[in-house]
Amino acid sequence: MDVIYAICPPKVLAQIFVGLSRTTILFIVSSGLSLILGVLRIPNVAHGSLYMIGAFMAFTISKVFGGGDAGFWAALVGAPLGVALVSLAAERGLFQYLYEREHLMLLLLTFAVSLIFGDLVKIVWGAEYKSVPVPHIFQGYVYLFGGLPFPLYNLFLLIIGPIVAVALWLIVNKTKIGKISRAAAVDREMVGAVGINVSWVFAMVFVIGCLLAGLGGALVAPTVSVTLGMDHTLIIEAFLIVIIGGLGNIWGALLGALIFGLTQSLGILVWSQFGIVFPYAAVIVVLLFRPTGLLKSTW
Amino acid sequence: MLKGMLEGRGRIWWAAAIILMFLLPFILPRFYLYLLSIILLTGLLATSLNLVLGYGGIFQFHHAVFYGAGAYGTALILTRTGLSPWISFIVGPLVSAALGLIIGWVCIRLSKLYFAMLQISLGSLVWIIVYRWYSFTGGDDGIHGIPLPDILSSSNNAYYFTLAVTLICLFAMHKIVRSPFGSALQGIRDNPVRCEMIGINVKRHQLLALMIAGFFAGVAGSLFVVVDNTVFPDMLFWTLSLEICIMCLLGGWFTFLGPMLGAAIIIALRTFVSTYTTYWALVLGILMALVIFFLPNGVLGYVEEKIKKGFIEPVIKE
Amino acid sequence: MLEVKSLSKSFDGFKAVNNANLDVQKGEIVAVIGPNGAGKTTLFNLITGILRPDSGTVHFKGENITGLPPYKVCRKRISRSFQVVNIFPRLTVFENVQVSILSREKKTWNLFAPSSKLVTDETSQILENVGLVEKRDRTTALLSHGDRKVLEIAMALGGDPEFLILDEPTAGMAPEETARCIELVKSLSGKLGLTILFCEHDMEIVFGIADRIMVMVRGATIVQGSCDEVRCNEAVQDAYLGGSDVCLM
Repeated sequence: MDVIYAICPPKVLAQIFVGLSRTTILFIVSSGLSLILGVLRIPNVAHGSLYMIGAFMAFTISKVFGGGDAGFWAALVGAPLGVALVSLAAERGLFQYLYEREHLMLLLLTFAVSLIFGDLVKIVWGAEYKSVPVPHIFQGYVYLFGGLPFPLYNLFLLIIGPIVAVALWLIVNKTKIGKISRAAAVDREMVGAVGINVSWVFAMVFVIGCLLAGLGGALVAPTVSVTLGMDHTLIIEAFLIVIIGGLGNIWGALLGALIFGLTQSLGILVWSQFGIVFPYAAVIVVLLFRPTGLLKSTW
Repeated sequence: MLKGMLEGRGRIWWAAAIILMFLLPFILPRFYLYLLSIILLTGLLATSLNLVLGYGGIFQFHHAVFYGAGAYGTALILTRTGLSPWISFIVGPLVSAALGLIIGWVCIRLSKLYFAMLQISLGSLVWIIVYRWYSFTGGDDGIHGIPLPDILSSSNNAYYFTLAVTLICLFAMHKIVRSPFGSALQGIRDNPVRCEMIGINVKRHQLLALMIAGFFAGVAGSLFVVVDNTVFPDMLFWTLSLEICIMCLLGGWFTFLGPMLGAAIIIALRTFVSTYTTYWALVLGILMALVIFFLPNGVLGYVEEKIKKGFIEPVIKE
Repeated sequence: MLEVKSLSKSFDGFKAVNNANLDVQKGEIVAVIGPNGAGKTTLFNLITGILRPDSGTVHFKGENITGLPPYKVCRKRISRSFQVVNIFPRLTVFENVQVSILSREKKTWNLFAPSSKLVTDETSQILENVGLVEKRDRTTALLSHGDRKVLEIAMALGGDPEFLILDEPTAGMAPEETARCIELVKSLSGKLGLTILFCEHDMEIVFGIADRIMVMVRGATIVQGSCDEVRCNEAVQDAYLGGSDVCLM
């Protein structure tokens, strides 16, 4: 134990673990964004709003089921599905008509949708803070390395992260839909010419991406106060992570989220007032040396 | 369309409009004067963005940084130093131009989306620093009650100052757009490879364009200090940047006066809608979606198309 | 005037240009021919700086210009027209050529003079030379394909070049337009004394105006010589005709 503490003081170790659990949320949301950006070439500014909707839906579903453990698990399943439905409506109703236009228009349209969603959340849920209780089995702490208290819920997040990563990787690389969408990312005309309904492939990829945003929101809900404005800070972080990881690359999103989460928590340790500058500085450094991202992108 | 408007009979209309604007303080109540000042400086800001976005084809997604930098530069000099206030009005835009040079130099080596992303990260970095540096910049409170020279402290005079500065800047930018530099910039927008092949150093021209746009955005920021006496970190936030993009789009980003019109529409609408509901974002979002689908060249773009097709008798002949 | 030695360029393992050689003397009209995909446009891109070669050199008037960025190559008085029409879609014919001249005169840093009043004489002169004067105020969207290709050449002329590279100047043109274009190229060489390097698929044109021909196959130079030398060269026949025992044309 003392060996580990000699290399890495307990405070730092604790911050690293906090950073890692934040990484999970960042990764889950960013991987969805990366998927959408990589395959559909849509810079989806509304992604942050969908994350926020996921958190708010988790709150409501959890309440409907009595607020306890059943509520939590129901929310974890229900909120992402709810977000998926909302995003399907947005894609079929709006985005699909603009695929032929330039990126700037799509980006501005997703921004418009994020504005609309933001106010819809305000209308449906009101402006006060909401909170989602942590389920009983995850309350309390686990003691790592002989004495370091670490919230059980964060441990749960640390385990969920890799599970989602692997599941996503399997879907993208091993299933038919994954193969088709990877092909469509490279050459959508050819895929259409082979007789596949590209339009529905795109819709599915978009929905899966947004589902991940909703999942991120549902997972983060017990750890923070669920408020308006969650979308604004997150969307910038998600975009930056996707860019430094490589567009469309799931492992890139993981790497980017790791860099972002860790530099943030360690940064705060080093310099509490300006700690949150560190991730942005890290992003700038990466972009200067590897402008297309650390790992291979699909663009 | 603007070409014709500056010659012959067009000049009379312009002179009349400007004279009218100088007479407004005698008829409008104070609040509307304030609103008009805000519209003017925001229009200036949007036009400066359009210089690189519409005329240059550069994906400048975080223009608000230069606006905020100019505002904070001016505000900090006014509140923290004993220098003459008139110096602050010059230093503010210079700070923005310098920031434009730095950020531009770093980002210009990348293209399109990556340029935009790097600029957003640099801009967010600046925002965080301003937001957190409570002792220097006032943090998330911003700075209030900024002292202005006596001559500018009445709202009439603030309006005149804003009007005069805006008109001068618009005139200057219009000259730039019609100059060889402007032609080169538009060429770069439409066909950078062609430009390289006729001898234009594309990157350097773009860098100069970014500096100029940054400078005028800084001027708009300084004007805001004059009109509102405050600065706050949200002036540097990315949502403002996208709003300015919307103004350019709404008004018509291949026209010179489009952004000004877009700014006027959005600010007027915002003020009007806010008296009825707090859901302005919803209204703006819907408006944006409608414009993107039905008016992709903006209001002025649509009007110009109609004139070209001869449906509307041009009031001012070319 | 132009010396290309052992130029090579690969894309992800595919050798687009493989040890290409080319010599062009001052005042000549030289053609580069070869089957589709032989690497002609890539070669032009390498010479004009749009691509950087992996190996080999390009010398112009004795000066090493290998790897220089395109705008610097243009300043050396080498101009180029593109195979796919590459003009400024939102400007008029007049303005297109005008920008080219403004750039040559380094006036593009001028922020305040109205560009509509500058270099109008030179622009008109070039438009007269290529025969587009009557269409000077049309936006390029309203031009026929043939006129657009001529505009391409006009823009290249704006740089006051000594050396002109034309990438498939008659591609997609109707017969009358093609004839006009050939006359234009001849007069550019004759009246204005330009050295011209071009590539074409139409053999009649090539043999009609070229002084010398370079043949490229799969990225490599297989022969460089006069029309007669090339016509009866075996390797060329193999490449084009699959080995039948006949002289081209």
